[in-house]
Amino acid sequence: MSSDGGDEVKVVPVRHVGRWFGGAVIIVLIGMLGHTIISKIPTGQRSCETVGGVRACHPQINWRFSWNIVFHYFTSSEILHGLVKTMELTVLAMAIGIVLGVLIAVMRLSPSRLLSSPAWSYTWFFRGTPVFVQLLFWFNISAIYPTLTIGLPFLPVTFLHLDMVTLLTPFTAAAVALGLNEAAYMSEIARSGLISVDEGQVEAASSLGMTRGQSLRLVVLPQAMRIIVPPTGNEVISMLKTTSLASSIGLTELLGAATNIYAANYEVMPLLITASLWYLIVTTVLSIGQFYLERYFGRGALRTPPPTPLARLRSDLRGIVSKFRTPRPSVSREALR
Amino acid sequence: MTSAMVEARGVCKHYAGVEVLRGVNLTVNRSEVTCLIGPSGSGKSTLLRCINHLEKHDAGDLRVDGQLVGYEARDGKLYERSDKQICIERSQIGMVFQRFNLFQHLTVLENVTIGQVKVKKVAADAATKRARELLARVGLDAKEGFYPSQLSGGQQQRVAIARALAMDPKLMLFDEPTSALDPELVGEVLDVMKDLASSGMTMIVVTHEMGFAREVADTVYFLDSGVIEESGDPRQVLSSPRSERLKSFLSKVL
Ligand SMILES: Nc1ncnc2c1ncn2[C@@H]1O[C@H](COP(=O)(O)OP(=O)(O)OP(=O)(O)O)[C@@H](O)[C@H]1O
Ligand SMILES: [Mg+2]
Repeated sequence: MSSDGGDEVKVVPVRHVGRWFGGAVIIVLIGMLGHTIISKIPTGQRSCETVGGVRACHPQINWRFSWNIVFHYFTSSEILHGLVKTMELTVLAMAIGIVLGVLIAVMRLSPSRLLSSPAWSYTWFFRGTPVFVQLLFWFNISAIYPTLTIGLPFLPVTFLHLDMVTLLTPFTAAAVALGLNEAAYMSEIARSGLISVDEGQVEAASSLGMTRGQSLRLVVLPQAMRIIVPPTGNEVISMLKTTSLASSIGLTELLGAATNIYAANYEVMPLLITASLWYLIVTTVLSIGQFYLERYFGRGALRTPPPTPLARLRSDLRGIVSKFRTPRPSVSREALR
Repeated sequence: MTSAMVEARGVCKHYAGVEVLRGVNLTVNRSEVTCLIGPSGSGKSTLLRCINHLEKHDAGDLRVDGQLVGYEARDGKLYERSDKQICIERSQIGMVFQRFNLFQHLTVLENVTIGQVKVKKVAADAATKRARELLARVGLDAKEGFYPSQLSGGQQQRVAIARALAMDPKLMLFDEPTSALDPELVGEVLDVMKDLASSGMTMIVVTHEMGFAREVADTVYFLDSGVIEESGDPRQVLSSPRSERLKSFLSKVL
């Protein structure tokens, strides 16, 4: 268009006044927030010292956010231990949730009512009661089931006999409670993935002679993953934070560690910030992992896979640079006639 | 065995109140190409799906390769076949669909090897070798690393044919294999099918391509509202139809 010689006119782009104004307001607001984060205020206490026989007192000042305390505890062993517990609990609960959830989803889609009704009831029950209640319930379950006996109902046959009080430590109770609750949500996520796969895929698999199990494992699930992964990433991140409920049954996970510390030194806000920063860091790492997982399971679904964040950043930068370098877009005079 | 490859006697099938097949009689001889034509909703797909155990017919006698479909006759009784037996039966019948149904998450090569490896338990390298031969036969050896979404419709359908052939089927079923294709892509798929027919494959083809039926088919069946209205040599059936319904159908498709 513009390549046919000097016969060109200048194109005047539209000016987006509203956008510029909105942007300016947002920048001011961000600046105000940023200022409070790095500002210092009087702590309300005075510090006095005697220099050369003269006693001088002046008000103490410190970061509004007490960054010195935040970073003092940021890598303290108590907080780090809590962080490890939080991550262990997240992994375990999600593992229970995903495995059981997929199983329930498959049962739910079974043509047999004998399998689909229990699956439906499970989801109904565990979604219908608060997760916090379930957590307390599992922690106290030894009150109604002091021992766990696995055998045939009404028959004198037992395979396994366990003592619930020793079995259900705060950690196992939390893992079971959060995992079972998660399974209800994961089953719906898995089910939506499974039904999103075109029926023709199953027919093609069957026509090759694959069994139901093979077609599920080799054809349907890998394609359902594309739908399942994004909300599952959401669930993992949500679980990471839900584990903080376990501090209420005496598990010293990340929040528990922070509360223990501020119970002793009353530095409530700085320790909450310490914990929050760690939650943010882990969430960020998880989001990056999710991106690559989505890319992997999306293979074949799109003609051109989306760029990696790095590639996108590079192309964004190139775009910005070229805005300043290349002349304004222009069209040939032909277009005006 | 000297019996026909497919033998249907009074096959019936209904879905919740709708009679889809109402006593279909049809014979498909070995190494012959049979074309099935008929208006939309007449039950052509349903018949193919019954032959491939994707649906259960509810009355009549349907045999593939001399064996009853879905049942086994032993000691004067009919035993329903287990899921496992049905899978084995299906693996010997190739099927090509109107909408290709290639496995979207697998490359072209993987699409053609998966059945061999997972169902026929062929070793991976032997399966790959066979897959490459078949892809060369349908003219797609250069595309083996592509995903189905990166291929044209005609190319996808040719991969689907290669995928079915990789199972070494004794019978190939085609359900409107060219109906979802742009007119200029129909030819490449029909060419592959003609090549397959001349190699002696037994084929049942549901199609609206009357030219193909005339040229390749040994027998044409006209299915209308669940019964075979007319059948016979394609030149005779298609050129001088006897029934009014076939006449009006042909006037619409041609
Ligand atoms: N699962 C089903 N449940 C209820 N009715 C069905 C089902 N499958 C097919 N039918 C009905 O059976 C009839 C025959 O369907 P079929 O797909 O065999 O037709 P067809 O001849 O292949 O048509 P087309 O040329 O449009 O593919 C249609 O009226 C359809 O609505
Ligand atoms: Mg059809």
